[in-house]
Amino acid sequence: MDLTVIWAFIIAFAVFAYVVMDGFDLGIGVLFPAFKVGDERDQAMNSIAPVWDGNETWLVLGGGGLLAAFPLAYAIILPATYPLIIIMLLGLVFRGVAFEFRWRDPDHRAFWDFAFTAGSFAAAFSQGMILGALLQGVEVADRAYAGSWFDWFTPYTLLTGVGTVAGYALLGATWLIWKTEHGAQDMAYRLAKPAAIATLGLMAAVSLYTPFLDGQYWARWFEMPNILFAAQVPLLVLVLTYFLFRGLHKKQEAAPFLISLGLFFLGMAGLGISMFPYIVPDQITIWDAAVPKSSQIFMLVGVAITVPLILVYTGWAYWVFRGKVGTDGYH
Amino acid sequence: MFEQFDAILLARIQFAFTISFHFIFPAFSIGLASYLAVLEGLWLKTGKQVYMDLFKYWIKIFAVTFAMGVVSGIVMSYQFGTNWSVFSDKAGPVIGPLMAYEVLTAFFLEAGFLGVMLFGMNKVGKKLHFTATLMVAIGTFISAFWILSVNSWMQTPTGHLIAANGQFVPGDSWWDIVFNPSFPYRLFHTLMATYLTTAFVVGGVGAWHLLKDKTNPHARKMFSMAMWMAALVAPVQIFAGDLHGLNTLEHQPAKVMAMEGHYDSHPDGAPLILFGIPNSEDKRVDYKIEIPKLSSLILKHDLNAPLDGLDTIPDADEPPVGLVFWSFRIMVGIGFAMLGMGLWSLFARFRKKLYDWNWLHRSAILMGPAGFVAVIAGWITTEVGRQPYTIYGLLRTTDSASPLAAPAVAASLIAFIIVYFFVFGAGTWYIMRLMSKVPQDGEKGVKSTETGPVRTAGIAPGPAQKDPPTFKPNSAE
Repeated sequence: MDLTVIWAFIIAFAVFAYVVMDGFDLGIGVLFPAFKVGDERDQAMNSIAPVWDGNETWLVLGGGGLLAAFPLAYAIILPATYPLIIIMLLGLVFRGVAFEFRWRDPDHRAFWDFAFTAGSFAAAFSQGMILGALLQGVEVADRAYAGSWFDWFTPYTLLTGVGTVAGYALLGATWLIWKTEHGAQDMAYRLAKPAAIATLGLMAAVSLYTPFLDGQYWARWFEMPNILFAAQVPLLVLVLTYFLFRGLHKKQEAAPFLISLGLFFLGMAGLGISMFPYIVPDQITIWDAAVPKSSQIFMLVGVAITVPLILVYTGWAYWVFRGKVGTDGYH
Repeated sequence: MFEQFDAILLARIQFAFTISFHFIFPAFSIGLASYLAVLEGLWLKTGKQVYMDLFKYWIKIFAVTFAMGVVSGIVMSYQFGTNWSVFSDKAGPVIGPLMAYEVLTAFFLEAGFLGVMLFGMNKVGKKLHFTATLMVAIGTFISAFWILSVNSWMQTPTGHLIAANGQFVPGDSWWDIVFNPSFPYRLFHTLMATYLTTAFVVGGVGAWHLLKDKTNPHARKMFSMAMWMAALVAPVQIFAGDLHGLNTLEHQPAKVMAMEGHYDSHPDGAPLILFGIPNSEDKRVDYKIEIPKLSSLILKHDLNAPLDGLDTIPDADEPPVGLVFWSFRIMVGIGFAMLGMGLWSLFARFRKKLYDWNWLHRSAILMGPAGFVAVIAGWITTEVGRQPYTIYGLLRTTDSASPLAAPAVAASLIAFIIVYFFVFGAGTWYIMRLMSKVPQDGEKGVKSTETGPVRTAGIAPGPAQKDPPTFKPNSAE
C-alpha cells in the first residue's frame, strides 16, 4: 500500500471520528428543544460539556489534515462549498460558546439554548450538504474550482443535509439514553425511534439517488466484481437495523448508541466505495492531490506517535466522566 | 452589491478580522493556562487555600476564554481554504504538515485534558488534576510553537524547493523549514507577549479589587504576582523585541524601513523618528520629531552606519507604510509603559506600599487591557509589513486568493463581523462580570451554584467543591 492511500485512510479516519464524536453532540443540540427546561436540559448539556471541545478538534484535524495531505483537494472543495463552510463555522461558533454562556448568564439562558440548537442544526445541515455537493461533483479547471458560488444548492444536497441532521439526531438520542436517567432518558428513548427511522429512510434515499448522479457511482456499486464486496454494506445495515430497534424496544442503554456508530461506519464505508480513489469525484484522484513523499513521511511519523496517545487520553477523559451524568454533576 | 469592491481586499480584511479576533483569546489563554498551572502547583506545594481560591476564580474566566478561542480557531483552520485557496494549494506541502502537527500535538492535548481540568477535580485526585492543568498549559505552548513556525516560514521562507507545478515542497531537511531564521525570535517575543498580556489582566483585576478593599488577601496575592511578572518580563520583552527587530532588518529590510518611516536612504546615520505622519504620496514623513542618528545606533550599533530607505525598493514591493509605522509605535509605546509599571511596582514594593498606592492601582487598571492592544499592534506590524507578499519575496498576496466573486467574500465578511461582535462581545461582557466579582474564601469552580440552585447547576459542584475544606493537598486522595 502506498503512502497516499495510507493518508487517504488517515483523513477518512479523522472525518469518521469527527462525524461520530461531534455527531452525537451536534445531535443533542438538534434535539435540545424537546427536553424540558431545567433538569432535563442540564443533564443533556452536562453529558457533553467535558468532551465537546475534544470532539471538535477532529474537525480541525479533518480540515488541517486535508490541507496537509491533499492541499489541492482542500483548495478546490472549500471554495466550491464556500457559503456552506461559512454557515457551518458560524453555527459552530454559536453552539460552542453556548456551553459556557448559558451558565454564565442565567437571565438569557433561553437565548443561548436556542443558539445551541440553531448553531448545531446549521452545522449539521451544512456538513451534510457539503458531502452532497462533493458527491454530485464540482467543476474544476486549472487546479481550481471553476463553478459558481451556488452550484452546491440542489435537491440532492438538500437530501444529504437532512439525512445528516437525522443521523446526528439518532447519535444524540442514543448517547443520551446511555448517559442520562429519568425524564431525560425517557425523552431520549421517545426521540430515538423516529430519528432511527428518518436516518435509515434518508440513508436509503441517498444510496438510491447517488448511482443515478453523473459519474461512475453506478459502476463502482453494481458491476462485477465490485458488487460482491459492495453488497455487504447494505446487508450489514439491515442486520444493524434489526438490532437497533430490538435494543430500543428492550430499553437497552449502551447498545443503541454503539449500533448507531456501526451504522455510521457503514455509511462511511459506502462513501469510500463511491469515491475511491477520487478525492474530488471524477476530477482529482488522491494521487493528483497528494503532497510529496517527504511531507507524507514527516507527518506520518507524527501521526504514528501521537494518534495512539490521543486515543488513549481521549479515552481516559471519557472514562473519567463515565456513567450517568446525574443532575448535579458526576458522581 | 459589492461588485465594485476588490475581492482580494475583502478577503484580506476578512482574514485580518478573523485572525485578530482569534489572536486575542490565545494571547490570554496561553498566559492564563501557565498562571493556573503555577497557582495549582503553589497550592499543592504550600497547601495555602489562597492559591486554590485564585485558581478557581481564574479558571472560570479561562473556560469562557478558551471556548471563544476554540470556536474562533476552527474558523481559522478553514480560512486558508475558503479565501486563500491558491496559497493553500501552493504552500500546502510545506505549511500543511506543520499545522497538522499543531493539531496532533497541541489541540488534542489541550482539548483532551481540558474537560478534566475544568470539571474533574473531584474525580481524578489532585495529582492527576494538576497533570491535566499542566498538559493544557503545555498544549497552549506547543500550539504557539507550530503556528508561529508556519507564520515565520511565510515571513522568512527557507528549506523549501519549488516544484514544476508551482507548489512549494520541502527540501532536504524539515529542520530548515521549522527553524527558519525568524522563528526563534518570533516565538520568544510572542510568548513573552502572552505572559505580559495575562500579567496585566491579572494585575488590573487585582488592582480593581484592591481599590475597594486593600485587605483582600486574594486581590493582594494576584496583584503582587502580576507586578512581579511585569517587573521581570517587560525588560526581557523589550530586549527580545530589539533582537527580533534586528533579525527583521536582516531578512525583511523593507518592513523595518516602513516601521521606521525611512522613505529615504541615510548614507551617514539614520535618525530615529519618534512621531510624524507618513505621507506615502510624497514619500516623506510630515511633522516628524526625530533624534538624529539614533536609528542607526539601534539597528546597526553605530551612529554613522548607513541605512537604506524605501527608495531602494521598487514601489510594487513596498508594504503600506502608514499602518506599519503607527502599529509599531503603539506596540513599542505600550511595551515601555509596561516596563514603567513594573519599575513603579518595584519601587512601591521597596517602600512597602504595593497595596496602598491608589494611583499605582488605577494605572494598573488602565493598563489591564494594554497587552491585547500591543499584541494586535505587533501582529499588524509584522503581517502588514510582510506585504505585498503572503510568502515573503516569493508569492504575492494578489496571486494567493481564491477564485471567488467579491459579493461572496463581502457577504461572509459581514456575517463574520456581525456574529463576532455579538458573540465575542457577549463573551467579553461575561468575562468582565466574572472579573468584577470579589474573589472569595472557598471560591467555587466552573459552573458552580452561583448560576442557580445546586440541582440545576453544572458539572463541577461535587461534594468537595460544595465544601472546599474537605479537599486540601494533605487530605487523602
